Amino acid sequence: MATKILTEHINVPGIETFDVYRKQGGYTAVEKAFKTMTPEEVVEEVKKSGVRGRGGAGFPMGMKWSFLAKPEGVPRYLVCNADESEPGTFKDHYLMKTIPHLLIEGMIISSYALGANKSFIYVRGELMYVIHILEKAIAEAKAKGFLGKNILGTGYDLELVVQPGGGAYICGEETALLESLEGKRGNPRNKPPFPAVKGLYQCPTVVNNVESIATTSWIVNHGGEAYAAIGIGRSTGTKLISASGHINKPGVYEIELGVPVEDFIYADEWCGGIRPGHKLKAVVAGGSSVPILPANLILNLANGEKRLMTYESLSDGGFQTGTMLGSGGFIVMDETSCIVRNTWNFARFYHHESCGQCSPCREGTGWMEKVLHRIEYGHGHRQDIDLLVDVAKKIEGNTICPLGDAAAWPVASAIRHFRDEFEWHITNPQEATQPGAVYRGEMALV
Amino acid sequence: MEDNKPQLFKVTVDGIEVEVEPGTTILQAARKIGPEVAPPAMCYYQPLKGSGGKCRACLVRVAAGSAKDPRPMPKLVASCITPVQDGMVVENTTNQQVIDARNGIVEFLLINHPLDCPVCDQAGECDLQNFAFDHGKATTRYEEDRRTFEKHDIGPYIQLHMTRCILCYRCVYTADQITNKRVHGVLGRGDAAEIGTYIEKAIDNDFSGNVIDVCPVGALTDKTYRFKNRVWFTKPVDAHRDCPTCSGKVTLWYRGEEVIRVTARKNEWNEVTEFICNTCRFDQKKTSDWVIEGPTKISRSSVISANKYRADTIKPDFGKRLAAATYKPIDDKRDTSQLDIQQLPPERFAKTLPSALDKEP
Ligand SMILES: Cc1cc2nc3c(=O)[nH]c(=O)nc-3n(C[C@H](O)[C@H](O)[C@H](O)COP(=O)(O)O)c2cc1C
Ligand code: SF4
Ligand code: SF4
Ligand code: FES
Repeated sequence: MATKILTEHINVPGIETFDVYRKQGGYTAVEKAFKTMTPEEVVEEVKKSGVRGRGGAGFPMGMKWSFLAKPEGVPRYLVCNADESEPGTFKDHYLMKTIPHLLIEGMIISSYALGANKSFIYVRGELMYVIHILEKAIAEAKAKGFLGKNILGTGYDLELVVQPGGGAYICGEETALLESLEGKRGNPRNKPPFPAVKGLYQCPTVVNNVESIATTSWIVNHGGEAYAAIGIGRSTGTKLISASGHINKPGVYEIELGVPVEDFIYADEWCGGIRPGHKLKAVVAGGSSVPILPANLILNLANGEKRLMTYESLSDGGFQTGTMLGSGGFIVMDETSCIVRNTWNFARFYHHESCGQCSPCREGTGWMEKVLHRIEYGHGHRQDIDLLVDVAKKIEGNTICPLGDAAAWPVASAIRHFRDEFEWHITNPQEATQPGAVYRGEMALV
Repeated sequence: MEDNKPQLFKVTVDGIEVEVEPGTTILQAARKIGPEVAPPAMCYYQPLKGSGGKCRACLVRVAAGSAKDPRPMPKLVASCITPVQDGMVVENTTNQQVIDARNGIVEFLLINHPLDCPVCDQAGECDLQNFAFDHGKATTRYEEDRRTFEKHDIGPYIQLHMTRCILCYRCVYTADQITNKRVHGVLGRGDAAEIGTYIEKAIDNDFSGNVIDVCPVGALTDKTYRFKNRVWFTKPVDAHRDCPTCSGKVTLWYRGEEVIRVTARKNEWNEVTEFICNTCRFDQKKTSDWVIEGPTKISRSSVISANKYRADTIKPDFGKRLAAATYKPIDDKRDTSQLDIQQLPPERFAKTLPSALDKEP
């Protein structure tokens, strides 16, 4: 049986309450950390675990923590990024609503490790009911002495604040999130300085994803080495995957990193295969921002080996033949999906969500959306395809924050792998614009 | 390093070495060398704290991060906000990737721009015109609808023509830092973002007029000057007055004997360093209100002042014939050679910019 670090107790009735969570061994990690470990030792265990940020970029969490500046007399902050708005990603939402105390416990341990006395959970505004769940959990933890002044008699104080966002995807970008938390317009900041040096209110700040923070109680309980023993190479531990699309069993799955992609899609333990009578066409493996891959390339590397669910294996082949694990939003498409329409839909999202600060993203996302819209609705020209590639190239890497890249990659990769389909839309507009029409030309379905 | 003097950093921009103080940005270091290697800046405005980093016009490549760590930076960086390191090597005009990126930025800035220069008051002193001329293409690949906005009067003196705005945020920083009460900011997101005065409130503030001067395009214009003349037909003269509110140092723009516009003075980078009050700008339009210093020396480059619209200097393929038919060479009265500048201190004219003609092989 595969190890479950986050979801082991998720089906226990009443797990959202303090008492049930506590009965399942909850808050023992806080006790262990506070009574037997120094903050530095907690950081050390997290470093040893090799756990990487689960919000998308995959930056090693222990390393991020050790970069935190510690000037005298300046407060430090921990901010949990619960803005989860990436299309295809819904794991943090699931975790927070079903087992909120796991996040609260993780926040207490992480805040202790970083020396923060006031920490924030920034939740996307649409999830009001989750905010209520978290607030209730915080009140319970406070009543039991795990939050507030002098926690467990150690003299350490911690206040947890839940802040609803305004429903903007861009506020998931860590520096936009900090601006928003400060009560300003959610515009990403130019970096450097990084939040570790100048973050919230210009004080040193760590921003981590919900899932990242939630792993810390297990790491404290079992040790960093035990965590690092799970997974393959630099992809240690488990990862929540939000599986959606044309599969038999959509849902959130906790996998040990290293599961073959093929098993993840077809095994009954996870997605349970493509819906009956259909075939796999393409997968977006890590949330809408990562490059889309056709069936043959998502299942196998360019050299024919099986592709695995790890950071390294998914990005094997660079952008030519690879993609990224990203936030773990696994979107599966069968042969009834129109790649042009899907790409237009993603482009529409990024156009809508661009903050508008920097010119390549503000103007380029809208341009791409309009051209894709034209192609999808039968008014494309042949040169539009190269135009899209060029616009994507001129956005990529030239923007303030990675939203520009996130908008460019889906378009560039869809054209890279499904160019025929774009051309078919342009040369056969009559056919392509029929309701439900999909390209049926030559392509590798599995 | 016992020395108290800060150690200077050596930086190389396009092969030219310069020494600057630690903390200097790449852009400022390049400006120190001269306009030939200074990256264009559409949003950065030195007197405004926090400005820059947005338009990406000033992207450069850092070929070597520093003497200690000579690795190149992986991406192009915004030179206006990136501080130099000792031994840094920067490529600006010499790097194809930079040139391509800049080309892209011009294109992005123009796709939603109305290109109504013929009726725009800013034409002739517009940063976007200059930028597009230097780094843009003569054709467009954009065939979609352009975003449009209604014109808004913000107060009695200023008109906002949002359709022309490039969202550089300069006016926001100005309202924030120069005026005492900000009722002006960015509303909305992405390409629907717009400059707004909250609930259409008039900006009535002693220093609000400065947003007109900082605006790189014709999005914020002076209503007292609207459609009065083209800037290249007006004659700028430096003048001052005893003003209780501001420095009182201005440029008067004459048409014949009439002052048709008052602005703050701009340096060679097109930046105002001494902001002026609304009384000086909007209410003092008689020569007798002012002590005249002498003709303004326009040292900055613009498509007009550098005679770039002269038909024989138009480079792009599209238009020699069109240009020859449409434009006449402009006899620029502000050319230094034709101005009597003797009575002014010579250091003010230390630099004359090369014209487009000089750049031609
Ligand atoms: C446009 C954009 C949106 C993002 N949205 C989220 C988000 O919703 N949740 C999240 O955890 N990280 C998001 N990120 C990543 C964060 O910037 C940041 O890297 C992350 O919160 C760090 O946490 P981690 O190291 O634990 O992954 C986003 C990044 C970008 C550029
Ligand atoms: S890349 Fe897009 S979202 Fe990010 S700062 Fe620039 S305009 Fe805003
Ligand atoms: S109105 Fe002018 S100054 Fe203000 S953001 Fe737009 S272009 Fe910049
Ligand atoms: S001038 Fe540097 S980004 Fe605009």
